[in-house]
Amino acid sequence: MRVLLTLPVVLPLLAAGLSMALHRKPRAQRTLGVAVLVVVLAATVVLLARVHDDGPAAVQAGAWPAPIGITLVADLFAAIMLVVSAAMLLAVLVYAIGSPRTTDHALFFHPVYLILAAGVSASFLAGDLFNLFVAFEVMLSASYVLMTLGGNRDQVRSGMTYVVISLVASTLFVTAVGLIYAATGTVNMADLASRIADLPDAVRTGLGLLLLVVFGVKAAILPLFFWLPDSYPTAPTPVTAIFAGLLTKVGVYAIIRTQTLLFPTDGDPSLLLLAIAGATMVVGVLGAIAQNDVKRILSFHIVSQIGYMVMGLGLFSVAGMAGAIFYIVHHIVVKTTLFLVGGLVENATGTGALHRLGGLLHRAPLMAVLFILPALSLAGLPPFSGFVAKLALVQAGLEIDRYLIVGVSLAVSLLTLFSMTKIWAGVFWGTPQEDPPKLAARGHGRLSAPPLMVVPTAALVVLGLVVALAGAPLYDLSSQAAVTLTDPAPYIQVVMGG
Amino acid sequence: MIVLLAVVVGVLYASGTYLLLQRNLTQIVIGLAVMGHGANLLLLVAGGRAGRAPIIGTGDGPVADPLPQALALTAIVITFGVTAFLLALSYRSWVLRHDDEVEDDVEDHRIARRGRGGRG
Repeated sequence: MRVLLTLPVVLPLLAAGLSMALHRKPRAQRTLGVAVLVVVLAATVVLLARVHDDGPAAVQAGAWPAPIGITLVADLFAAIMLVVSAAMLLAVLVYAIGSPRTTDHALFFHPVYLILAAGVSASFLAGDLFNLFVAFEVMLSASYVLMTLGGNRDQVRSGMTYVVISLVASTLFVTAVGLIYAATGTVNMADLASRIADLPDAVRTGLGLLLLVVFGVKAAILPLFFWLPDSYPTAPTPVTAIFAGLLTKVGVYAIIRTQTLLFPTDGDPSLLLLAIAGATMVVGVLGAIAQNDVKRILSFHIVSQIGYMVMGLGLFSVAGMAGAIFYIVHHIVVKTTLFLVGGLVENATGTGALHRLGGLLHRAPLMAVLFILPALSLAGLPPFSGFVAKLALVQAGLEIDRYLIVGVSLAVSLLTLFSMTKIWAGVFWGTPQEDPPKLAARGHGRLSAPPLMVVPTAALVVLGLVVALAGAPLYDLSSQAAVTLTDPAPYIQVVMGG
Repeated sequence: MIVLLAVVVGVLYASGTYLLLQRNLTQIVIGLAVMGHGANLLLLVAGGRAGRAPIIGTGDGPVADPLPQALALTAIVITFGVTAFLLALSYRSWVLRHDDEVEDDVEDHRIARRGRGGRG
């Protein structure tokens, strides 16, 4: 168990150092990256199976007892997130090896990507707030470098916004940790769960809101999302895809973890979270409709989809939480896939602007198939995974009579479908208003893409379908994870060693 | 002493925030650094009153809380690393544009132009 819990963090970090040393041997560098992520994926699957059978597991680094030392904890929710993120990291790495924009900067890409992998795993496993902060910083520092990889003018402009906003959020995070330590004398989350209940209501609310703002910036919820659609599209495609799939979800994970563990509402729905959820959905999808570029439309959709996850949390019932977890899994897979397909289109044509594209249905039918499946899933059409996820959330909402948020979520779903058809019509149907540079050069033949980019994309499309086909067992798993979230006693016990 | 430190923390946050709101990259970087110092000082104050060095078994009397010191140390290292990256990024921005101002979003400009065109 000790090995399984530390492996997803330690192995990529060690490999990152080795990868840096191998910079003269690109082939060895690639093999190392892929091999490490395969091992991590295998380890997380075993971890998930063990946690599913035996309940939450914890490791005290350096054998310091719980509230003092560094604790790594995996409950079912964390284990599910670890497996999904490891799978995405692996698929996107293979895609990146085949993608021209990242191979140009392979020397930095591979080590930094492994550091990002370590940071993401560490965030899911962190057992105390300060380690969560450190894990966030590891992940974000790596993301700053990946975001500005290549250093062209657009990337520097939007990278600057991204770095500054993230840094402000990090400073607020340190502030929150300081205030929580001053109020309770501990930063261990399991320890806090009991101690924070003793604080006066006003202090608790203040701390809860401060943490919500900190993680809200990372998760891109309503008033704090403006950096996201601006900065994501400028990075190289594999980088955007992995950011879109994982980074904001780490923020959502932190919101769910802290709100359920530290600020439980005793089963009442949280009006604040539901209001944030509804507004995030609506504003995100309206933003997406106004955009005119594949990556920018998809970026605004991330914001809109975060709303659904927060909605599941806001309902604060087991069914709602289970819906949120299922939604996160579905979203990570589908969103990453869509960005990868967007990258295929951009790679083949040289642009992602809708008015410069068109008619790709005949010239690249494979891309059209790879796009339409996850796009319909994102919009929530049956029988895809998005349908199962949205159905779970809607049912959870109806169960406790939250009709307003259910209505909003259904309306937003329709608008999502609308903006997906906008991409479909712009990219795959019709004729371009002006030929993009690369297309003009290639005449009117079939468009192709490097197999290393197509294969992982296709694999993720299939994975998305598997999520839909295995909907029932996956939903059961999410429900079990939700039960441990709403009743954190086993989690607290395994950390504090009762 | 704690009151004095609390005031210093407040001043650091306030001036950091003011600098962050400027349009000049250098000022923003300095603002972030100042705010980071405020946060680190806050961590120290969170440990309670000052005492002797936090080493157990070296005489009696109150001992300072070691945990916030460890936290602050980690936070300082992180702030240092990220600030270095930020400086490199602003230098890159200056090399590319010979200008230290934060650029507007291109897409915002396009939408704003459209909006004006639609009304007028």
